[in-house]
Order: sequence, then C-alpha cells, then structure tokens
Amino acid sequence: MRRRHFLTLSAATLGGVLVYSFDRKATLLTAQHKQVRVPLRFFTETEALIVAAAASRIFPSDDAGPGAREAGVAIFIDRQLAGPYGRDRFRYTKPPFEDASREFGYQGSATPRQIYREGLKGLDKFHLLSPVAQDEALRKIESTLFFSFLRQNTIEGMFCDPMHGGNVGLVGWQLVGFPGPRMSNFDEIDKYYGKAFRPKPMSLRQTTGAKVHPGEDQS
Amino acid sequence: MRTAPAVDAVIVGGGWAGLLMAKELASHTSLNLVILERGPSREPSDYAADMDELDYSIRLRMMQDLSKETATLRHDATRRALPLRQHGAFLPGSGVGGSGEHWNAQVPRFLPDCFELLTKTSEKYGAGALPEDHAVRDWGITYNGLESYYTRVDKLLGTSGKAGNLRGKLIDGGNIFEGWRSEEYPTPPTKMPYFSALFRDAAKSLGYHPYPAPSANISQAYTNPDGISRGGCTYCGFCARFGCMVGAKAQPSNLLLPILQRHKSVSLRTGAWVRRILFDGTPKGAARGVTYVDASGEEVFQPASLVFLASWTLNNTRLLLLSRIGEPYDASTGRGTVGSNLTHQVSIGAATAFFDQPLNRFMGSGSAGILLSDFDRDDLDRSGHNFIRGGYFAARGYGFQPISAFGVLPNSIKTSWGSEWKKTSVAYYDRTATIGFAGEHLAYKANFMDLDPVYKDALGDPLLRLTLDWRDNERKMVEFATLKAVEVAHAMGAREINPFPGLRSYDAVHYNSTHVQGGTIMGSSPEHSVVSPYLQHWQLPNLFILGGSTFPQNGSANPTPTVLAFVYRAADAIIDRYLKHPGPLG
Repeated sequence: MRRRHFLTLSAATLGGVLVYSFDRKATLLTAQHKQVRVPLRFFTETEALIVAAAASRIFPSDDAGPGAREAGVAIFIDRQLAGPYGRDRFRYTKPPFEDASREFGYQGSATPRQIYREGLKGLDKFHLLSPVAQDEALRKIESTLFFSFLRQNTIEGMFCDPMHGGNVGLVGWQLVGFPGPRMSNFDEIDKYYGKAFRPKPMSLRQTTGAKVHPGEDQS
Repeated sequence: MRTAPAVDAVIVGGGWAGLLMAKELASHTSLNLVILERGPSREPSDYAADMDELDYSIRLRMMQDLSKETATLRHDATRRALPLRQHGAFLPGSGVGGSGEHWNAQVPRFLPDCFELLTKTSEKYGAGALPEDHAVRDWGITYNGLESYYTRVDKLLGTSGKAGNLRGKLIDGGNIFEGWRSEEYPTPPTKMPYFSALFRDAAKSLGYHPYPAPSANISQAYTNPDGISRGGCTYCGFCARFGCMVGAKAQPSNLLLPILQRHKSVSLRTGAWVRRILFDGTPKGAARGVTYVDASGEEVFQPASLVFLASWTLNNTRLLLLSRIGEPYDASTGRGTVGSNLTHQVSIGAATAFFDQPLNRFMGSGSAGILLSDFDRDDLDRSGHNFIRGGYFAARGYGFQPISAFGVLPNSIKTSWGSEWKKTSVAYYDRTATIGFAGEHLAYKANFMDLDPVYKDALGDPLLRLTLDWRDNERKMVEFATLKAVEVAHAMGAREINPFPGLRSYDAVHYNSTHVQGGTIMGSSPEHSVVSPYLQHWQLPNLFILGGSTFPQNGSANPTPTVLAFVYRAADAIIDRYLKHPGPLG
C-alpha cells in the first residue's frame, strides 16, 4: 500500500468544508480548525500542491470573486482521479492506438491518472514560483493534453455539486448565480423576463434530503 | 450454452420501441414475452435525486458503457476507421428505457413528403435535383397512412403543443407548415422560458411563423389512454442526460414499465447482452431465437417464435451483420442492403447570442421552447444557396448547468484561462443562449455501416464501422440556416453573435444529436430494403426490426414519435393478422 499523503489547507479559506477520512466518514470543518490535513486518495502531497497552485492560476481568486482555492478544486481532482474516471473505467481502451485528426477525439492509451502523473513532472516546484512565473509556465504547456484535462477538471471542481469535494460552500454557484437543483421553477419561469432571479443556492443533498453516492466512490 | 425455456416472443432491447411493442402485445394477447436488456434495471424512483451535473451530464452515467462496446468511424472508404473511444456526437442510453430515459422529449412529426422523398422530389424538380451520389428512398408508406398512429403516440405521451394544421385547416400560432393532424394536442403548450419568448417575438416581427415546441415534458397533469397519470413539468431544467425527477417527462420507465409489471406473461431480464439471432435459411426462412450472455457471464440460447430487434440503430444493424442475416451492403457495387443509408440529423448551434440582460436560464426543460419551420420545406426560393430540403430552428430553454455552460464567450474574446477569462465568463454566464437548427440529412451511397476488420468488443466480436461524412448539400443548408439564425438573433437584440463556423468533416467529438438512422431500412421491395413498412424482415417473416434503423433517411424532425408510430402500426398488424396467419404481411 502506498504511503498516505495529506494536503494541508488553511481552514480560513475552507470554512464549512466536509473532509472525508479514508473510511469515508465526513467531518465538517469550521474556522476553529486552524489547519486541516486532508487525506489524499491519488496525489502525493507535492503533486496536490502543484495541482492546487495551477488550478488557482486557471481559475484565480481575485476581485471578481472566489476561485479554485476556495472551491477545493485540488481535492475534487484527487478524488476524480482515484475513482473510475481516473482509470478510464468507461472508455474504450483496446489497441491499436493510432494518431488521428481532432474529429475523432482523444485516441491515446494514457488514462487521466497517467496523464496527470506524467504532466505534473513538467511542473516541478511549480507551487513555489511567483504567480507571474506560474502563468509563464502554464502558457508553455497550454496546448498539451495534460493542460486541457487540468482546465476542464478545474471548471468541474468549481461548479460540481459539493458532494464531489469541489464547489466548497457553493462558492462556484454563488459566483455565477446558479441555484443548484430546484424542485420547481413553475411559478418563476415566466415571471422574471429580463430580470435576474437568483434563489439561494442549495446542494443536491440540501434540496432532496437524499444521500447520494457520487460516481467517484463507485467501482 | 444453456437453453432457456422457449417463449412466444423475445424482444432485444428495453427502450422506447421494444417496451412499446411489449406493452401492446401484453395488453392484447396472451403471448409470453421475454425482454432482454443489456443495461441495468430502472425504476422511476431512481431519479428522485439524480440532478447532479457531474455524474449524469459530464460523466454520462446513463449511457452505454463504451469500455465494452463502441463503434468505429472513418470519413470515407479509403481510410482506416478509428474507435469512438469516448462519447461525443451521439449518446446511446443503456438500461431499461434506453435513451428514452435521458432524452429531452422533443416530439415533432416528420413532414408528409419525407416518406416519399425520392418520388416527390423527382416529380417536382426532376431526377437531377437530388445530389448525384444520393441513396434517397421512399419508405413504402405515406403520411396519410401513418397519421392515426402519430396521434396515438401523442396520446400515449400526452404531448403538449398547439396544432397548426387540423385536418387541413391552418391555425395561427401553431406550425402551419406541418402535416395535417386529426386532433389537437392532448395538452396545451408549455410555459415559455425568457429566451424562447424573445425568439418568438423577434421571429414574428420578421414575418416568420414561430410556434410552441411539441413537448413530451407535459405542461399539466394528464392521464393517458392506458390510465397512466403524470403531473406537469416544474421546469427544474434537468432533462437531457437525466431521468425526470417528477415524472413529467414521458419515459419508458413511467409510461410502459408500470403496465408491463402487471403482466405475468412478461419478463424483463437485465444485464442480458444479445450476441446473435439464430435462424433457418431459405426456402422457409425463420428466426429461431437469440443467444445472449447473461449477467453472470453464462451464454444462453433463448428460443422464440417471434423475434423483435429493438436495440437502437447501430446495434440493430450490427446484430444483423454479426448474425449473417441478409446481404451486407457493398458501397462499391451498390449490392446488398444491411448497413446502407446511414444518416445523422444535421443538428447545429446556428447562432450563439450574447445579451445585455440576464436570461435565468437555469429554469426550463429540454423541450419547452419555440420552434420555427418556415425553412423546413422544399418549395422555397433559395436562389444562390443551391441545396435541397431544410430544417427547423429552435430556441429552447434547456436548463443550463454551470460546468458545461461556463466559459461560452463571444468570438472576439481570445483568453481561455486566468483572471480576465474568469471575469468575462462570469459576466456573460447568464447572458448567452443558442438558436439551434435541425436539418434533414439525405442518404448517400457512400455513408454506410459494416463490421470493422480490426477493433473488437469485450466478447471478441467485431465492432460496427461507420463510414460517414457530410456532403455539400448539408454544408450549404447549414450556411443558409446560420444566416437566418443570425438575422433573428439581431432582431432579438443580441449584443454579439457567434455564428456557427460551418460544417467541415463529420465530427465525432461534439454532441450533434442521438438521431442516427438507417442500416436496416424499410421500403416497398426487398431489392433495396431490409424490412417492409410493417417492420417485418423480408426473408425471415417472424423477425421484426423496430427503431430508427428502419428509416431510409433522416427527416429534420427528431425521430422518436416516428419510431413509436411505426411500432404501433406493426403491433396492430401482428395482433390483428400475423398471429392468426403467420407469414408475410401484405
């Protein structure tokens, strides 16, 4: 079994986050916890720090609102890679693998896990660089497959239901005015023509009361 | 191989087509039926908490497991095909209900002339009007012969809408370009999302004839002729790629499954992957049953007196090819029929418009909206555009969810990550929406399906190979549609507009529609078709093939109501005539 890795985060930026232990027990963190050590399922601690830093440059925290750091994107990506998505459980992965034009989609044999592990080697000590140098490093890999995965997974981690580990405190949904799943918009759909209707966001669990099993926890 | 006890009928595939046939047979006969479905079982209660964009819409939880089987694609027969390794251009569902669970429930009918496309087009414009390399065929049936079945479909689904042509009388506010309807829609139109209302008003101001989209996400409570009651849509916005949380969306699991569960004569086996149809050849051709691998991995022979193939376009075609039933189509000689006439509805985002005001587009449904069929006809002056046929425009209020909707920006903005990109994307987030266009796809001699010589499924059988590309007729149609959509978007007051960039090669990455058709087409003679308009196999009269695989070519409309109308028609003929005198239905 691999050595356990943890990502140490400041609870100040992660108020209200649910942190899962290895036996999947959830603990609600509050600001009283000064620092939290989140157990990692796939990344090493250094890899997680690099992914967190890179995701923060793709989706920064700035005067326009919170970003990947507050949303817990690195934790989200860690869980996705540890689950069926990370190992290509549902992709057709039989050989032969051939190069193809872009209309055929990704044709490679590498799984998302392998793409990250390989791609992260090219971002050695990335988390220690200045933001300007980080942007420069990302521009150099902008056209790589690894970057396209990182960018897509960062958006997913910003806006997914919080049961997946991202969108902590619903910061992503608040940012764009998405209320999450609502049981009914019957009374509102034709009453707000041209005006913003912004109900308070609620997660799937808050809305339905149902315990939902996220895909990353399934085999 | 284990042999299961023989049954009267085996149905391959538990989606719309297979379960409707099962419902009809179970309701009107005492036949014992077995339905074999490859995916998991489903209950309407499964959808009480499925509104999770990541698992359902992005990771595509309800779709076919491609790790076990996919198809390959090449653009023309000179090239090597490559596997579709992940979902893209179309999204076949898996499990009970099939794609009918995760669909948007958009239910327009085909236009009357679609069914006689070769004859009508040649009569009107001369034989040279169709592209030289076309493979367009008549269906062997007319709209007039199908209308009553379409009406039964609307009653089954409870379709919401407004008729534009009631027995020949044109009605303002409905689709005045549609074929005649014998009855008004069962339920009134849905409520309109803001974007759809904007589109309606702008289209009217330009002199067009917008109308409420026919929707099987129903506008109000409705009880269908089978006694199944559903409530109205709540516009939660989780339709496409989801099952309906309140059951307002017509789905096999809420309309057909409850009836089948009442019949002891029906059994539904999930996890059953059908591999072959066994048959006796000429002179007295007949299917003997099917073989499948069950959930435990054991191979089973299921004998049956009647065999129904209802496993979606690609798998219907593949099963005939794997079973060596009929002559495979050879594009180089034009001989053979199985695999010919592959078409895929030409579905594009014709104009993405950016507005100053918010659209509240998390509210909506997959089929609430406004359509426009002024260009869905063949009698237009398209001088200078040089294409035939057309399609309809749609301004729908799909509920938009943020993972897929974030970052849609005007073409003038070039960034794709970082602070500027984030700020701009946040600003545009609820201020953009797309006018869609769905066009007819003609059949061509060189668009077809056969078995791939290289790639195999998890059981070692060859994958189906698609040879498919767009032609100039579709490219020009799309150019024309884009101009029209941009015109309407301007009239809607859009601040900026991204026109559709144009059709190049067939693109397997971006979602088009799941409206893939052909491969086992119907027709009036065995020379060019696999089944008759009763969906009966020409050589094996106890084999019926249901679904879009039987369409000689695509119409502009979405296929499900047409699929179901043909199932009703075939079921009537089987119940009233075939069972009394098994043999070819004339």
